[in-house]
Amino acid sequence: MNNSFIESGNVAAALAVKLASAEVIAAYPITPQTPVTEKLSEMITLGEMDAEYIAVESEHSALGVCIGAASAGARSFTATSSNGLLYMSEQLHWAAGARLPMVMCVVNRGVGAPWSVWNDHQDAISQRDAGWIQVFAKDHQEIVDMTIKAFRLAELVHIPVMVNYDGYYLSHTYMPFELPKAEDVKAFLPDYEYKHTLNPERPESLNTVTLPDARVDINGVKRPGYMEVRKNLHDEMRLAMVVWEEIDADYHKSFGRGGNPICDPYCCDDAEFILVAMGSLANQFHDVVDQLREEGYKVGVLALQMYRPFPTSHIAKILQPAKSVLVFEKGLSYGNQGALYADLKSALYPYPARPTLHNFITGLGGREIRTENLYQSVKDTCLNEETLKPEHIDTPQWIGLQL
Amino acid sequence: MSSIAKTNVINLTEEEFVHPGNRACTGCGLSILYRIGMKALGRDCIFVVPPSCLTVLQGLYPISATQMPVLNCTFASTAAVATGVRAAMKRRGKKTQVVAWAGDGGTADIGIQALSGALERNEDIIYICYDNEAYMNTGVQRSGTTPRRGLTTTTPYSGKKENSKNVPEIVAAHNPAYIATCSASYPLDFHDKLLKAKEISGLKYIHIQTPCPPGWGIEEHKTVAIGRMAVESGLFDLYEIENGKKQLTGQSSKQLKKKSLRPVGDYINLQTRYNAYDEEHVIALQAMIDRKWEKYRKEFSQE
Repeated sequence: MNNSFIESGNVAAALAVKLASAEVIAAYPITPQTPVTEKLSEMITLGEMDAEYIAVESEHSALGVCIGAASAGARSFTATSSNGLLYMSEQLHWAAGARLPMVMCVVNRGVGAPWSVWNDHQDAISQRDAGWIQVFAKDHQEIVDMTIKAFRLAELVHIPVMVNYDGYYLSHTYMPFELPKAEDVKAFLPDYEYKHTLNPERPESLNTVTLPDARVDINGVKRPGYMEVRKNLHDEMRLAMVVWEEIDADYHKSFGRGGNPICDPYCCDDAEFILVAMGSLANQFHDVVDQLREEGYKVGVLALQMYRPFPTSHIAKILQPAKSVLVFEKGLSYGNQGALYADLKSALYPYPARPTLHNFITGLGGREIRTENLYQSVKDTCLNEETLKPEHIDTPQWIGLQL
Repeated sequence: MSSIAKTNVINLTEEEFVHPGNRACTGCGLSILYRIGMKALGRDCIFVVPPSCLTVLQGLYPISATQMPVLNCTFASTAAVATGVRAAMKRRGKKTQVVAWAGDGGTADIGIQALSGALERNEDIIYICYDNEAYMNTGVQRSGTTPRRGLTTTTPYSGKKENSKNVPEIVAAHNPAYIATCSASYPLDFHDKLLKAKEISGLKYIHIQTPCPPGWGIEEHKTVAIGRMAVESGLFDLYEIENGKKQLTGQSSKQLKKKSLRPVGDYINLQTRYNAYDEEHVIALQAMIDRKWEKYRKEFSQE
């Protein structure tokens, strides 16, 4: 059997979920995620995939079903976009706090109002503090590989994982990708066993009201209060970076693809100017880097695949020697700056010798991101770096405005 | 109720599923239901509970008043979370009964969307709504099931201006497998309806009027008495709906033979939450009940 496909990013995601043997799938259709739900229900109805598909009445319930199923020990999956993700927001925090190992694909889309069905990253960025691991795929192959790896990560660290990929740019374009063989994925991703599963033979109360202070149980053992429970989530989320690298190394061994699962540098070794971006935009920058390199500018691009937990030291190691870092984002923290930009600045702050940083906002609500505009923004910054004032540097520059 | 032998205090199982001592208020109607309901449900059950008095009753971590597996969930998602637990049980080939147990807020108001979805999908779960007719866990604020003119902290002085939602009728519009109404004051009736619900596949909805001494303004020892007055006066009716057919049950069924029921004023006047009621309101309410029962006597065969 030939395992090469040319299909849409959404179908790539659905095929990966099938390979990962998700058992309970609940989803509510929303553009541009819809084809994921259609493909999964089709495969389940035709008997090509053995899972329960629950056609819920909302995204809030979609994640509710996954919370119930995961708490009872079933491998669960959902997918959404934009306002659907925001409607789930309460459930996102709940799933993370309850430490449920589930995977969700977020097909990134701008958030209303006004309505936009087109791509940007505001949906995922706005949920960055919910306690989910957030990874961003750059292309169709990464959608497949990341989704399979995400299930293993979620189940090892007991933290839910959000696999993000760009609406339309990736979800609706057709690109070639390889699918691993089903039996190999089964070996890579063994059946999910959770020791705190809901079980009448070993009853436990899950997500019970927890007091501010640590408290002794009936056996006299001091048990955590709310703050210890939350500290634990944070600590284990930080550790998830190491686990993600180990999983990637194992995946590479099994399937021949991988390396740099947290952030992926292109021409960064000697770069004076490093561009940072997430998702398909990072790949678009390869052309810009190639062109500027030809012109003699020492430019590189760093694709950030893992946004939460934020890989502070990985990033600092790569960016700290550069003269200047240019952060391109499809979203922002309104009234301040790009969220990624602020995170990068904070990662570099402890280093006495640190690069200057520039923030660019681009492609909101599907505004076309023209490679020539990116090229010009980078080149202008390279040329004018010395003359820019600090307050100018720290103000986000908007690329591609038409009025 | 014909297929199940009636349970009485002699043959009711002695096994307890709730530990002695819990955080419910003195005279709590819910604690009666919880204790007796579990005796009917047995050990092969998983409970799904949204924020409510039950969350508190079941205990604060790491101490639990219940011996059963419980999944606490967000307020609006009880029926969806129960759906997920049931789906996982199906994957494991287990018959384990999944029981969603929510209050009137979690059912009639914030939780109604998820409930409607689960009803439409006819999920194989038991959904129990203990209706104490206001948001009691947050300190007595109005809910969708608070009766007209009922005093709460958000309907002070003159009481609630709107009529209450008839939740079992809303549920009935979805044509589920089984609907029953119960009262915390008739716990064995609840027990036997649960036994029946356990044997039916699809969504089983049980709505229970649940007296709440602090919320209703009654003395703690009047919980059972007040709930009985609601049923005996014909204000709150015990019934079942199976395959779309409604039938009065238990005490309500017995009352079909009576020419006149207990005056509803007995029920109203005992509760401070009805302090905004005057005599005229009681007369109007009595007339409404009389019309309803006139209809019942024609509608239901007197078995």
